[in-house]
Amino acid sequence: MDRLTDRIASLFRKLSLLLRRNRFRTELDEEMAFHRAQAEKDFLAAGMSSQAAHTAAARQFGNPVRLRERSSEVIHFRFETALQDLRFALRTLARDRSFTLIAVLVLALGIGANVAVFSVVNTLLLRPLPFADAHRLVWLEPGKNLDPRLLAAAGLGGKTFSVDDYEAFQRANHSFASVASFNPFLGNSEYTLTGSGEAQGIAGMMVSGNFFSTLGVQPELGREFTRDELQKNGRPAALLSYFFWQRQFHANPSILGRPILLNNKPVTVVGVLPASFDFGSVFIPGQQFDVFVPAVMDEMRSWGNTLSVVGRLKPGVTVAQAQAESDLVFAGIKTAHPTYDFSPTLSQLQEYVSGKLRRSMVALWSAVGLVLLIVCVNLSSLLLARTTRRGKEFAMRTALGASRGRLLRQLLAESTVLVTAGAAVGLGLAFALTSYIAHQDSIALPLLHQVRVDRTALGWTLLLVVAITMLFGLLPGLRLATGGADRQLHAALKDGGQNASSAGHGQRLRSALVVVEVALSCVLLVGAGLLLRSFLNTLDVDMGFNASHASVMRVIYDQGADADKRTAAVQEILRRVTAIPGVQMAGIADMLPLGRNRSWQFWAKDHPPRNGDIDAALTRIITPGYLAAIGIHLREGRDFTWQDREKREHVVIVNQAAARHFWPGENPLGKLSVVDGGDMAPARVVGVIQDVSQTTLETEAAPEIYVPVMQSSPEGAELVVRTGGPGAPPPGELSRLLLSTLRSLNPAQPAYPLEPLQTMVDRSTSPRRFFLVLVATFAALGLTLAALGIYGVISYGVEQRTQEIGIRMALGASAAQVQRGILTHTALLIGIGVAAGTLTAYVFGHAIAAMLFGLAPTDPATFAAMILLLTAVGLLAGFLPARRASRIDPMTALRGN
Amino acid sequence: MAKKSDLLPGTLDMLILKTLTRAPLHGYGIALSIKRISDDVLQVEEGSLYPALQRLLLQGWVKAEWKQTETNRRARYYTLTETGRKQLGHELSEFDRMIAAITRVLREA
Repeated sequence: MDRLTDRIASLFRKLSLLLRRNRFRTELDEEMAFHRAQAEKDFLAAGMSSQAAHTAAARQFGNPVRLRERSSEVIHFRFETALQDLRFALRTLARDRSFTLIAVLVLALGIGANVAVFSVVNTLLLRPLPFADAHRLVWLEPGKNLDPRLLAAAGLGGKTFSVDDYEAFQRANHSFASVASFNPFLGNSEYTLTGSGEAQGIAGMMVSGNFFSTLGVQPELGREFTRDELQKNGRPAALLSYFFWQRQFHANPSILGRPILLNNKPVTVVGVLPASFDFGSVFIPGQQFDVFVPAVMDEMRSWGNTLSVVGRLKPGVTVAQAQAESDLVFAGIKTAHPTYDFSPTLSQLQEYVSGKLRRSMVALWSAVGLVLLIVCVNLSSLLLARTTRRGKEFAMRTALGASRGRLLRQLLAESTVLVTAGAAVGLGLAFALTSYIAHQDSIALPLLHQVRVDRTALGWTLLLVVAITMLFGLLPGLRLATGGADRQLHAALKDGGQNASSAGHGQRLRSALVVVEVALSCVLLVGAGLLLRSFLNTLDVDMGFNASHASVMRVIYDQGADADKRTAAVQEILRRVTAIPGVQMAGIADMLPLGRNRSWQFWAKDHPPRNGDIDAALTRIITPGYLAAIGIHLREGRDFTWQDREKREHVVIVNQAAARHFWPGENPLGKLSVVDGGDMAPARVVGVIQDVSQTTLETEAAPEIYVPVMQSSPEGAELVVRTGGPGAPPPGELSRLLLSTLRSLNPAQPAYPLEPLQTMVDRSTSPRRFFLVLVATFAALGLTLAALGIYGVISYGVEQRTQEIGIRMALGASAAQVQRGILTHTALLIGIGVAAGTLTAYVFGHAIAAMLFGLAPTDPATFAAMILLLTAVGLLAGFLPARRASRIDPMTALRGN
Repeated sequence: MAKKSDLLPGTLDMLILKTLTRAPLHGYGIALSIKRISDDVLQVEEGSLYPALQRLLLQGWVKAEWKQTETNRRARYYTLTETGRKQLGHELSEFDRMIAAITRVLREA
């Protein structure tokens, strides 16, 4: 304890001395002057002359400056030297403005990109889902025992459970604290909001009564659904999403308990969900949902498979245990109701949401890591050059008494300043980038809206700063102290500055660094090139329809059960729409390609399916004219006509995949088929269309059928119009015309946007495009840095060897020879780098094979193209200094530095 | 320059403290006193003296004040404090222990 109080006391004394530092200095000066004066007096008294006495006293006393410093040092806090170093670092960096700017910029780009990508990866992969105890949430994906082709033919129907299966599982399981569900068939819950301003279309989601409590989400206002509201014919109720509440009702709490008109029916608003809850972000990326309504199980029981199921495990139960139990439960369900075995695969919800992205995330992470590496190598090269240039300065400081440690500390201080400045700017970049990404509505990636730079990302930034500072502050410093210090000192202080051997050593190291940069850049470029070609390949895919000059607008009309009324309504709509000048063709389908889908049971009447056979096809309900409007190619047979009415023979159009599957080796035209399990009359095949992309551009088409709207009740209506010809109106005008036309028939038609079909296609390819843009940007960045690196090294080499080149030219070498020599050296560096990079890319290419489409990761064309690009850019970077070298005037070069 | 004999580290502090037990002195006076009493063997370098005095001040073993000398010049006089006196006692006994130990090792040969 005594020691402690002593230490505290001495600390206080230090502080007080520190505060009165100036006085301390003058006092010390005075004290020392007195000491010297006394010594002089004694020398005088001993018999020396006054001059000799004075000199003797001074000499005996020693270096007053040094003395003062050492005395001050005693009371210095250790960080004071650090502060001094920092101030000095700022001064030197400010003087060397171009270097500082380049270094900070390069660092900012590298760190900023890295932090932004880290935030994305953190949000999408690492951070737990925004629910309480998210690791206990489990997703049930049905159909693990079913043929994947059957599942594909069933579309969304293959990914959902029937109400009976869902309820049976709820009753029979013991692993889950609660099991909830929602209805992902969005057509069931699209509403038109009327009665408050203009009619507008809003997206709803049907959820089970325990959905929110299972997720651990509580309404911000109001309550969840009551039992009464969940019953068939119960009181209509709805929960609003926070943003819808803000947008539509201006966050006015008085909406609670009041009804809103959805599809002309009053629905009571019973609550508002918190802002942190974004359903689409987690479950259906790319979609926003405005209202949540009860999923009435009794009503949906006859609809087939309609529910996606998510559950919360009881504490202590693992996913594996739950899986084992689920297998048993579903085996039991199968024996009770011998239909399909929809026994599900259980996985953590987190895994379901972002598992598919893992590979892309890792690739992205690697790409940005490579960029950061290139940045660091580049920076280290710059610092190395600078250190060599400052050889004289360091030599002088050593002569004045600086220890090696002191010099290293100085370098570390400079490195700290640079890296911190770079990180600050980089963080700004990262903020901008992440908020840009988070506000992109058109990218169908989950959780994207939650991307932001959070505490973890800041921590990561700090880690980066420390690591880079350590690495690149010390690297040049190590070079400082190698070799005989005295020899370096002498050499550096001699006028004539550059010591050939030390410069040479630095040059070799810098060349090695450039080779590394080129190699890394090569890997990045090849990766980007492969992704680019994959993307272009997806664009090349024949989608089976024509997306140009066509747009789609959602239509609301009475789709009720009366077929004649429905037919008349839709016929009138199309008549009026096609009358608009510029509209060549129009048609309506209830679901579009690359969008939603649903499936019905379907098979050829002559070939009823056996157990395990595919017996379903994706189904779309269309009007006559739709196929032509959207540009689907009819290979055989005919389109529907308005004569194909309810009372006449039922007809169906199939795609090639369906034809191949259900009528192998035959022509299906004219044959009979069973649609919807025989509930409807058998339908005759009247046409065969070319396969159309269904879920994504990359997947093969599954069997698909079209049935006319006159004979079946549709679930939605998308009006497709094809424009062309001289009178075609511009899109804004067309939108207005369409809307007024539709409103002339149904005043409650909401102002749905007119979306070009191409936008729909773009949305489908948006995740791939997103990654491509990022990786390509990184590759471009890496290429630029590598080029700058080459330029720097070659340029510096020329500078160093000015004398040597001058001699060579004086002895007869031509300008062209000099230039060629330097270019050859450049080519050598590039060559080694490219070789190393190509090898690395080749070896690790298979890691991104799953992300590619239509080409192998060792695609020679891509490799060749990128190698060519890199070599060309590299040679160009070396060309400029080479040209400068060739212009050296031998006389000036030989004369001096 | 003739190499002055090195003092064992830490002994300088001890010598200064001891010198100040008799009377307060200024820096020059302390150096002179040590030089005289040791018969010129121990010549304290000014470069070591002042830092040492700072250290002692920090630890609170001496205190300093400006006074007038006999010749009416201003000088800073250092005085031993109570804690300084105690510290001196510690250091003296420690020093005796060291010397005894070294002597034993040397005699052993």
